[in-house]
Amino acid sequence: MSIMEYNGGSVIAMVGKDCVAIASDLRLGSQALGISSNFQRIFPVTDRVYVGLPGLATDVTTLRERFRYRVNMYTIKEEREIEPETFAHLVSSTLYQHRFGPYFIEPVMAGLSKTPSGGFKPFIAATDLIGCLNFAKDFVVAGTASAKLFGVAEGLWEPDLEAEDLFETISQTLLNAVDRDAYSGWGAIVHVITKDKIITRTLKGRMD
Amino acid sequence: METSFALTGKGYVIVAADTTAIRSIVKMQIDQDKIKELSPHLLMAYSGEPGDTVQFAEYVERNIRLYQIRNLYPLRPAAAASWIRRSIAETLRTRNAYSVNLLLGGYDTSSHTPNLYWIDYMGTVVEVPFAAHGYGSYFALSLLDRYHDPEASLEEGLATLKRCIDEVSKRLVVDPGKYKVKVVDKDGIREVEI
Repeated sequence: MSIMEYNGGSVIAMVGKDCVAIASDLRLGSQALGISSNFQRIFPVTDRVYVGLPGLATDVTTLRERFRYRVNMYTIKEEREIEPETFAHLVSSTLYQHRFGPYFIEPVMAGLSKTPSGGFKPFIAATDLIGCLNFAKDFVVAGTASAKLFGVAEGLWEPDLEAEDLFETISQTLLNAVDRDAYSGWGAIVHVITKDKIITRTLKGRMD
Repeated sequence: METSFALTGKGYVIVAADTTAIRSIVKMQIDQDKIKELSPHLLMAYSGEPGDTVQFAEYVERNIRLYQIRNLYPLRPAAAASWIRRSIAETLRTRNAYSVNLLLGGYDTSSHTPNLYWIDYMGTVVEVPFAAHGYGSYFALSLLDRYHDPEASLEEGLATLKRCIDEVSKRLVVDPGKYKVKVVDKDGIREVEI
């Protein structure tokens, strides 16, 4: 029994053409016993950055509150919104501050970063529970179904997917991966971030 | 074998907890009240490590009362849940963590909705339509999946609760014995006999 698998849950993020997507299941359990089928673990950071926090549920809430505080302080001091790259380093340093008594969370971030020409560039990243950053070009996964997510994502993902196609790809990847994991599932939520809007959809999943 | 249940219905929350105080293999008391009335519209059922439970419940009770005295209005259920969660989470990684599991049921007098929060000893909080703690949860949650109705009247809600209690008495190795049942709705808190 690992503390990382105590509550269950998984998150995945994918890059598309001028868009990114982040998705998670909605289960909260106490080991094999399901407690809730509506536990949100993806949170908006700014209008263009989202963070997913799979792992121990108490730390999901604690870290969410911590990140909200630190991002608010950044916004006030800098008088501008935080860029996804900067936020990724904020997450990393917050976690590394607890190197020898960590929060049991492996965050996944997705967002669009501003380019000097005024456009937007897709950005995704993930870290381990002590803040080691992984900047991937295609997709990142974390949580109890991470091994399954890697397999399905490797098979379904392709470069330069448009927003609607990316939504379909990430949804199918998540739903099929969590069906092979007893600790994840019970519905899912997907956010697709494009330059002018965010598409949020709640998916029905197998309830077993 | 401590067990507690709670469920929401149309404009109310029912909270129930067994009344047995156990130490080792001995029943020490059979009429203990494990549901605190935190404010006029807020109930909290507590279970867990003996000692921690009463200590923590009284700490919460006094602080919620203090807030009401200072601000004239009591905390709403969501705010109370956040404050209680923080109290647990802040002590979690210390040597004096509270081993207390809670069910927080309240009626929000501003939004006119019943709220129920499932809180465990680590500080996990989730809002749920129905919840249970202890060994009883393994039997009751599947029953509640089948019979819970958010639009049910109080009589129907109490009938569903009765099903849960009967099932636990029937299937659990040790019968938890009698239960105390409290209801919170727009009129406040009252105890119900089942």
